[in-house]
Amino acid sequence: MRAALLICVKDLRARLRDRSALLIGIVVPLGLAFIFNGIFSGISGGGTVLNLGVVNADHGLASQQFTSEVLPAVARSGLIAVHPEATLARARALAANGTLEAVIVIPAGFSAQVQANQPAAMQVIGNIDDPVSAQVAESIAESYAADLNRVRLSVATVAAGRGGPALPPAQIQALSARAAAAVEPVAVDDVSAQTKELNQKSFFAAGMAVFFLFFTVQFGVTSLLEERSDGTLARLVAAPIGRASILGGKLLTSFVLGVISMAVLVAATTLLLGASWGNPLGVAVLVVAAILSAIGIMALIATLAKNAEQAANWQSVVAVILGLVGGTFFPVSQAPGILSRLTFIAPQAWFLRGLGDLRAGSISAVWIPALAMLGFAVVTGAVALTRLRHLAEV
Amino acid sequence: MADERVLWCHDLRRSFGGLVAVDGVGFYIDPGETYALLGPNGAGKTTTISMIVGLLDRDGGEIRVAGEPMTTRAVRAKREIGYVPQDLAIYPDLSGRENLMFFARLYGMSTSEARRRSAEVLELTGLSDRARDQTKQYSGGMKRRLNIGIGLLNRPKLLILDEPTVGVDPQSRNAILESVEALSGAGTAVLYTTHYMEEAERLADRIGIIDHGKLIAEGTRQQLVGMVGEGDQVRLTAAGDLTRAAAGLAGRSWVRQAKAADGTIDLVVDDASRELPAILADLTADGLAVSSVQVHEPDLEAVFLHLTGRALRD
Repeated sequence: MRAALLICVKDLRARLRDRSALLIGIVVPLGLAFIFNGIFSGISGGGTVLNLGVVNADHGLASQQFTSEVLPAVARSGLIAVHPEATLARARALAANGTLEAVIVIPAGFSAQVQANQPAAMQVIGNIDDPVSAQVAESIAESYAADLNRVRLSVATVAAGRGGPALPPAQIQALSARAAAAVEPVAVDDVSAQTKELNQKSFFAAGMAVFFLFFTVQFGVTSLLEERSDGTLARLVAAPIGRASILGGKLLTSFVLGVISMAVLVAATTLLLGASWGNPLGVAVLVVAAILSAIGIMALIATLAKNAEQAANWQSVVAVILGLVGGTFFPVSQAPGILSRLTFIAPQAWFLRGLGDLRAGSISAVWIPALAMLGFAVVTGAVALTRLRHLAEV
Repeated sequence: MADERVLWCHDLRRSFGGLVAVDGVGFYIDPGETYALLGPNGAGKTTTISMIVGLLDRDGGEIRVAGEPMTTRAVRAKREIGYVPQDLAIYPDLSGRENLMFFARLYGMSTSEARRRSAEVLELTGLSDRARDQTKQYSGGMKRRLNIGIGLLNRPKLLILDEPTVGVDPQSRNAILESVEALSGAGTAVLYTTHYMEEAERLADRIGIIDHGKLIAEGTRQQLVGMVGEGDQVRLTAAGDLTRAAAGLAGRSWVRQAKAADGTIDLVVDDASRELPAILADLTADGLAVSSVQVHEPDLEAVFLHLTGRALRD
């Protein structure tokens, strides 16, 4: 153990001195997290509000409820800014020039049609260049329409059960109010699409950190090949230490570099980027599991190569492929078909999933992703260790 | 008896696939003795050394270092050895002092002991002034000195130098040879491999000649030279069909060895001063134009030629 520590300290000193580990492990991933976050904030509108125009040509009970209760509630969430417009023509013009991203139009007679149990429709005007905003506006309108339909169904059910003449308007209004206030008997709490998803800043911080982790840990295991070609491995093997100490020292170097890199990136992205990583203990479990899986895979690749240069090339290719498949640049899990299932062949995907689960639930949510990553570490590490023994021969 | 030797090895064998690299090599070294393993490139010197320092598993044979059995996992035996590999084995991103401190600690020294010993070795190798510089800034000679210095850190009972002067300028080469002589004088047993005959003659108390993986002769210089008799070595530089001329001379009764290579004919004769006119006459008769003649007393090169039929440089 003493010899392994000495080798680890020697390697860390050399790595920090040539600055390559510092660049790959900290500077580049941090910089890219900032850049990607900046780029995708502009594209997706993350961090900005949707300017939603509303043209209320109805001014009835249903439309008033929508404009005075539903829309202000959504606006308070910070997702939209509501801009009431007097005329449809003006709203269209503002949508066309981009001032408004979408417009919801409530036509005259909408409330009367609803109360009379007749077909009624709201309209959404979108911009062809901004389909996402139009979809958001449609979702808001559809959500309200669904509520109205539920109330209408309740009133119609009461009326049908009662039999006899039609209900007077005052009674219909009272029934509507009661139906609207009733708690929904069945509710779907969607945690998969909302709360389990990392926000944009956290996604890019975590994605870049785990992507470059696979490059950072290379420095330890690949240095065994460098020592062999440089002739220093002969000196280590001739020294009065076990060969396991040499291998242990190299693996320890990878682990320490991985821990330093991830710890600095978690702290820096939290403080500088505003990323939210989640429960520190859960994050620590995921980080350690990710580091071990990265070491296992990169060590296995190193054992297949003839020299350090070839190992570095192969490791880079594997790290990039696993990073892309694992969704470190974009969420592959939302892709259709086999691609979404393929993502879990990459430890990076489990890491990101673990952070999402941690964000949604308790610390126990990280165990499955952590165990999956440890599975990668055990399988690849075991094969690598048997091959590394041969690598330690001069 | 084997336990009293600093190094004792017996019947060492090692093959790589179908190639037999070392075939039954055995020798010993006593305290304060310098043993030179002399042979051409590819003779099996480095493979033998690699087994002795525990880098390489052997197919057969036995090795003891200061009485301790040596294997690739023999920690106690390795403690007694200072190893200087043929190629530079130092870390370029570390300073000279850091290199020494690292290996000193690896050999089990405490931090303070390692610091003290590193300073001594820096002084010994003349690198104290550049101790803080990264070794990638060192000259070739300085790197060589540090390479040897690392081998001295643990005050070894057995110092093994594997062709330490290959690619070294004459000044550094001489410094290396002087330091080996000093260490041997101080009681360190030295195993020195080389394909330079003059280094073996200068340094070694005993010499082992190795060729094709076999130790073909062993002894002091005088004992080895005695194997070829009291004949003189004659080297003639000439132009023409040297092989035919050498074959012709080999038929003379007073010619013991005749070999043509690289524009020269090497002969071992009974008495060069007496036979030289006849040699020149034969060569002239064969149509050769002789441009130079050198006469030497028998040396290790002649011994090698005598034993293998080939020059050491082949």
